[in-house]
Formats: sequence, C-alpha cells, structure tokens
Amino acid sequence: GRVLRLCRRWGAGPRAQTLRLICTTTAMQRKNAEASGPEKYTEAFIKKQIEEFNLGKRHLANMMGEDPETFTQEDIDRAIAYLFPSGLFDKQARPLMKHPTEVFPEQRKIQWGEDGRPFHFLFYTGKQSYYSLMHETYEKLLNVQKHQDQLIAQDLPLQKEKRNLAGNRWLTKIELEEMLVEKVSDDDYSRFIRLLQKLVALPCADIEEKYIQKFSKEVPAQLQKVVIEPLQYDERGVAFSTGEGKRKTASATAVVYDNGTGKITVNGIDILHYFPVLQDREQLLFPFQFLGRIGKHDMVCTVSGGGRSAQAGAIRLASAKALRSFVTEKEVEFMRQAGLLTVDPRVKERKKPGQEGPRRKFTWKKR
Amino acid sequence: DDKLLTEPLKHPDFFSVKELFTLKDLFDARVHLGHKKGCRHRFMEPYIFGCRLEQDIIDLDQTMQHLQLALNFTAHVAYRGGIILFVSRKRQFCHLVESTARACGEYAHTRFWQGGLLTNAHVQFGPGVRLPDLLIFLSTLNNVFEPHVAIRDAAKMNIPTVGVVDTNCNPCLITYPIPGNDDSPAAVELYCKLFRMTIIRAKDRRRQSEAVEELR
Repeated sequence: GRVLRLCRRWGAGPRAQTLRLICTTTAMQRKNAEASGPEKYTEAFIKKQIEEFNLGKRHLANMMGEDPETFTQEDIDRAIAYLFPSGLFDKQARPLMKHPTEVFPEQRKIQWGEDGRPFHFLFYTGKQSYYSLMHETYEKLLNVQKHQDQLIAQDLPLQKEKRNLAGNRWLTKIELEEMLVEKVSDDDYSRFIRLLQKLVALPCADIEEKYIQKFSKEVPAQLQKVVIEPLQYDERGVAFSTGEGKRKTASATAVVYDNGTGKITVNGIDILHYFPVLQDREQLLFPFQFLGRIGKHDMVCTVSGGGRSAQAGAIRLASAKALRSFVTEKEVEFMRQAGLLTVDPRVKERKKPGQEGPRRKFTWKKR
Repeated sequence: DDKLLTEPLKHPDFFSVKELFTLKDLFDARVHLGHKKGCRHRFMEPYIFGCRLEQDIIDLDQTMQHLQLALNFTAHVAYRGGIILFVSRKRQFCHLVESTARACGEYAHTRFWQGGLLTNAHVQFGPGVRLPDLLIFLSTLNNVFEPHVAIRDAAKMNIPTVGVVDTNCNPCLITYPIPGNDDSPAAVELYCKLFRMTIIRAKDRRRQSEAVEELR
C-alpha cells in the first residue's frame, strides 16, 4: 500500500513538517513507466547535449593542460580515467564521456511538428520506414515494367547482356533494421526480400541497378582472404614449400619437396617406424591421395606435443597447407571443401565441479 | 483569423466542387457498376438504380449529390488544416492511393490496420499525437470482405468519415457515403483525381486568403 511519511523541511519556519507521498506500490510505478513509453529525444535536446559535450571537452583540455583544439576522443578517455579512477570490473559501468550520438541510441526523434502534423506521409501506419521502403521498391518495379512495355512496343530486344548473379547476398534482417532504425518482423523482412527478387527477375531491371545495389552485399569467396605462398627453390633446384598445422596439443611443420619418390620422414625417423599404426599413416597420406600425387612428393616434418593421433592430424594439416602452392586454385577449393585445410577445433573439454568428468555425473544413489 | 474560418461556411459551395466532375465522367469511369445481386447489402438498396442480368447498377444522380457533399466537406477540412487519412485495403490500388496522399501533402494507410491505431494512439505513438481529422475510404471492405475496422474506430473517436461504398458494403457508420464502384481501376483513379484536386484547391485557397489578410 501507499506510505505517507513525515518529511522535515529545514528552514521553512512555522510549517516545518509536511506530509508528502514518498513511496508508491510497484504496480503504480510500473504503470507510470509504461504510460510514458520509451524515452524519445527531440532534436533540440540532442543539439543541446552536443553543445554541452563540446564545452566540457574544452574545459577538460584546459584542466589537463592540453590544447583544446587538438583534444581527441582518446585523450578524453585517458583524462577521465585519470580524474575519476574506478575499480569497477565492468568497463561500461565506469565514468565515460562520449559524443552524444554514441551515448543516445539512434532512435526516433519526435515525429511531428509544432502544429501536430506528422512529417512522414505514412506515419499513421506505425511502421513508416518499412512501408515507405516497400512503396519505393514497388514504384521501381512499376517503372521497370513500363520501360519493358515501351521496348516491346518498339520491338526492341529486352535484355542486353547477362548479369552475374552469384557472389551477392541480400541484407540480413538485422542490417535492414539498422538501415531503417525501426524493428522489422520476420514476415515483413521475407516480404521485402521477395519483392526485391521479383524486381531483379525482370529482364529490364538494369535500369534500377543502383537502387538494388543498396540492398545487396558481395560475398567474397573464401579463398580470396587466404594468401597462398609461392614455391621456393633450394640449392639443388628442387621446388619445395612449407606448411604448419595444429591438432589438439600437437603442432607440426612440414616441408614438401617436388620430384620425389614418396619418402616421408618425421623428426628424422621414417614414418613406418614413427607411426606403427596403419590409421596414422593413412592420415598422413590422405592429402597426397586426394590430389593423386602419392609417389611424386618427398616430405620432411617435425612434430611435437600431443599424442599419436593428434600428431598425425597435425602433420596432415601441415602437408595439405604446403601442397596448396603446388596445385591450381580449383584443386585448392576442392581440398577446402574436403576439409583438408580446416583446423580441427576439437580440444579436451574441461572437467566441471560437481561432476566426475566433462559430461559424466557422479553415480546417482536413490538413498 | 476568425473571419478566415467563418467565411467559407456561409457559401453552400465555396470551393466550386461541382465543376470538378460531370455525370458523363462518372459513367465513363464505370462508377455505376455494382456487384451481383447475391452480394447486395440490405442498406445499399436505396442507392441502387436497378438490376440488369443480375448485376446491380448504382443510381448516378444520388452518387452525384453524395460526391458533391463529400468533396465539399473534404475541402472544408483541408482548408482548416485538418489531417486527412486515406484508407484502402485493396492491394491493386495501394500504390495509387499512397501516391495520391503524398501528392496532396496528406497521409495514407493502405496496409494492415493494427488494432489500437486510433483508440490506443497515445500508447502506440507517444503522448502528444494528433489524430486524423478526416478518414477517406477508397474501399470500405478489408481483404476478407468485412467492414474495415477503421470505420468503427473512427465512429468511436468522433472522427468524420468519407467512404466509397459499393453494393456489398455497409454504409451505416460512414458520415458521407459515396455509393459507387470501388473495384475498377478507372473508377478508383477518378476518385483519387477528384480528392487530390479538391484538397490542393482548398489548400491553395487557404494560402491565398492568409496572404490577403496579411497584406491588410
């Protein structure tokens, strides 16, 4: 219930005590918070905050004895960390002084003018940015159809050259939400993508290429990021290449020589003696077998750490990486798709308290 | 300012809305064509001229009167700077209606109508929202052939409505019904053109009157 408490007003004279409502129930507080809605910032408010920030920046520069003109954000951060040292663990809980555009989330400022008339013509729909986007896209579609009709009327060919459709993806839902600064539901997003696909499917869609590019992103092929080293040549003129690989706790380096007979040496020992088990030798030979170069290369490797199987896996990865330099780009892509070039992420899972192992629980006794 | 507002109310047709359309225009735009006899709504019977081969024909004389009243009212609302909201749930004309609204400088809602838009506006939009002063329905039915929720909500919130009612619609809660076809593209384009011209005319008139007052 409500609690009325006496609060003493100092220096108020004869009426020193007034009864004021101090506490409200949680239900009332929640109702008041809901009614006011999420805080909306007017443009004037943000402008004022920016002015205050700039003024404060100059004051801070003066305090630190630095030049106010060349006081950057990093200097501000350092100055605040110096003046207000905080032992709090969470970095976001410490005192910070940033530009208001970073502090206040980019959200809708008040949508209507002084006379009450909203600015956007689709304001009353609730989702003005999304629906205006749909409206614009549909308009482009109608434009393209009109252009198509004109070309057909003049008996001209519709499509000039073939477009390359691969290598592009549409914006994700989160990227669209960021673009529109408003929430987009899954249905709305799929509708928009379908409309874009319909637009792109028309033969004369080249006219609106610029508009479509706003919503598509390039997907760079995986191989473009990884640089394949060129072949090196030793004193005898034989081409060789090195590669490194890891698996669990084992790490290996492999040097693959061209014009070889298929001899493989590990830590100075022949593989038949180093890996008595057939499975490990199969793992070593897999990259060569995949590329069909079993008797053509020599290999010298060093490996440390891990166990028998881990060392075999590490050498396999190292040799596959080394073989990339000998082979065409298409074959490298095949190797990547076969999983020869991927680092195996599996490591030993830690033991948890209250359990016997990483997953095994203690024996449950009914009584 | 007072004179600006009271002056138009003294004339029956201050904005000369009658010149904008003729009966022949309505006939050419196929406004008189209604739905089949089986779809007829009971309350539309007064507005129907007759029935030919089971298709209802709407009485264009009555349509002329109603259209003149509706356009006159829209012009007065626009003259006083009221917010006009175009509503239509016909997918074919969604783009046309939105473009018309944008050309007039008014507002449109041709998408899914969220329940509390008019009745719960202060929660949905924010504390200081101004609701529309007039709702214009280019089609009073929604996609499931039921009366649009906005008719009932506008009646609840005391907002006047102007609506094109076809032979299968319920004209009850609409303040200024316009019996006419709402399915043909020609008819809807005619309505959009008429509303656009009235609103622009009314706004221009207002600006002229204000300029004249300022000069004094």
